[in-house]
Amino acid sequence: MKKIAVKVDDLTVAYNYKPVLWDIDLEIPEGVLMAIVGPNGAGKSTLIKAILGILKPIAGSVAIYDKPYEKQRQLVAYVPQKGSVDWDFPTTALDVVKMGTYGSLGWVKRPSQKEKKAALEALEKVGMLPFKNRQISQLSGGQQQRVFLARALVQNASIYFMDEPFQGVDATTEIAIINILKELRKAGKTVIVVHHDLQTVPEYFDWVTFLNVKKIATGPVKDIFNDDNLTKTYGINYKVSIQE
Amino acid sequence: MSSAQFEIQLIASLVAVACAIPGTFLVLRKMAMISDAISHSILPGIVVGFLITHDLNSPLLILLAALTGIITVVLVEYIQKTGLVKEDTAIGLVFPALFSIGVIMIAKNANDVHLDVDAVLLGELAFAPFDRLIIGGIDVGPKSLWIVGVILLITITLLFTFFKELKISTFDKGLAASLGFSPAIMHYGLMSVSSVTTVGAFDAVGAILVVALMIAPAAAAYLLTKDLKKMLGIAICFGIFSAIFGYWVAHWLDASIAGSITTVLGIVFLIVYLFAPTKGIIAVLYREKQQRTEVSLLTFLLHLKNHDEESERHVKHLNEHINWQKVRSKTVLDLAKKNNMILIENNIVSLTQKGDEFTSKAIDYIITNEDTQIEDMKDDFFLFRG
Repeated sequence: MKKIAVKVDDLTVAYNYKPVLWDIDLEIPEGVLMAIVGPNGAGKSTLIKAILGILKPIAGSVAIYDKPYEKQRQLVAYVPQKGSVDWDFPTTALDVVKMGTYGSLGWVKRPSQKEKKAALEALEKVGMLPFKNRQISQLSGGQQQRVFLARALVQNASIYFMDEPFQGVDATTEIAIINILKELRKAGKTVIVVHHDLQTVPEYFDWVTFLNVKKIATGPVKDIFNDDNLTKTYGINYKVSIQE
Repeated sequence: MSSAQFEIQLIASLVAVACAIPGTFLVLRKMAMISDAISHSILPGIVVGFLITHDLNSPLLILLAALTGIITVVLVEYIQKTGLVKEDTAIGLVFPALFSIGVIMIAKNANDVHLDVDAVLLGELAFAPFDRLIIGGIDVGPKSLWIVGVILLITITLLFTFFKELKISTFDKGLAASLGFSPAIMHYGLMSVSSVTTVGAFDAVGAILVVALMIAPAAAAYLLTKDLKKMLGIAICFGIFSAIFGYWVAHWLDASIAGSITTVLGIVFLIVYLFAPTKGIIAVLYREKQQRTEVSLLTFLLHLKNHDEESERHVKHLNEHINWQKVRSKTVLDLAKKNNMILIENNIVSLTQKGDEFTSKAIDYIITNEDTQIEDMKDDFFLFRG
């Protein structure tokens, strides 16, 4: 039996006392590449944010390898939605990637040459080394997403949470990103991705969670990615053809 | 220059630096208006502090007033969180209320409070050298110089200590939170520093200038650099320059120091706004014009690429075919010729090999937005700089 990387128990999250996630129980085994799918407003991003302690749940708990998140920050990397930051911020690609090292540095301590080297390596991995000194507003949408990915890679975490990494990126970048995610899985990491495009789920992921305020289903793509669960999640008669 | 003149300029410069530092982060966090709110709503705090301490320069007064600043921020956020009004409305509701309480308190205690509303709004920098700090019978300088100096020292220490944390929580709150750098702590820390700075600067320069000193240098610096550290440095320089130059303008015009400094700040911003190399208005307009020309050039080259028949490529008929005015056709033709992209023989235009390659590459790039070979072209053509 595989270890459980992330365990969510009875998690309920509300905005202004209006629950957006109801009583979620979820176990994510180590080493899966998992998609979280569901309609708009299903609470996909909220689930990630609650797991990472960015939002405070009104009930329930989260464990990362059996311990509370606060004790396991070093094991977790997070890629927020690209639109959640101001890309006109006066900073360069390299500097943004360096921010990924801040967690291991802790308060007050500054990044040194070691952190810079790690950041450059991460930029190289995502093919963004030539752009390291470019101001982030002068990068294309796909390039910005790669910088975000590099920032997560530099954390050298065990678990990666990504909020819609394929949103607004070109096809080349999408392929580049998914290849990196598959490499992470190969290295035994756990990768959790909020995902919009149902067509690509069987091709990209091996694990899937259906979410619509409540958890609908979770498990291996080959077992549970079917019309029945899609219909339950999206409320309409859903048909996708899964290539065997 | 008398020592009083020197002291005034020194105080104004220290205030400018102390304001530019939190101001830079306020601008980046899109919270410029909150500094306006703080600068007004600390008035009741100052009055209460004065009634207790009877000393405008007492540290207790500064802390009390700064506390009112924090209360403003908390109130604004609370009202906004109810979802019934937007943030700017909440700011507009909170600070006039607190400010007016201060005004009424001054009026009611006119005999005890030697504060008038004019001084509160515009400051009394000219009088600052008269209020001396005497330690053990020795005159060590104006009190406001010491107050502002201490506040600046604290601000700089905090900036150096928490620069990384400030940066990450300003740029990406979500990441900061997930890494364990509480954005709330940074937010209220910045609000506290802004409040204390505002109070400390208040006596010297008044409520209106404090806002200008916080926002204008940072806003101008924002247009000039793509590096946060440089932005801080440039903002500080602009602040100091405006403080000193503004003082002399006031001296020559025999006008209010605070008003003159604010005016200089405004002019500095205006100049940067117009002439900043990449983000200034003139640069933007120039770039747009250049981009229009380059799009026209590309359209023209593409037309040549797509049409082999000579009738479509005759110099005289170009404007008919691409539907341009003569002037524009001429500009584009000249540009293409200058770059060796076209050849004109017997008034028939054709693409050179360079022109042909350029066209394919450019079109590919524009369609896919994905070609590293284009990098060197970015130096010559605005079109590809995104």
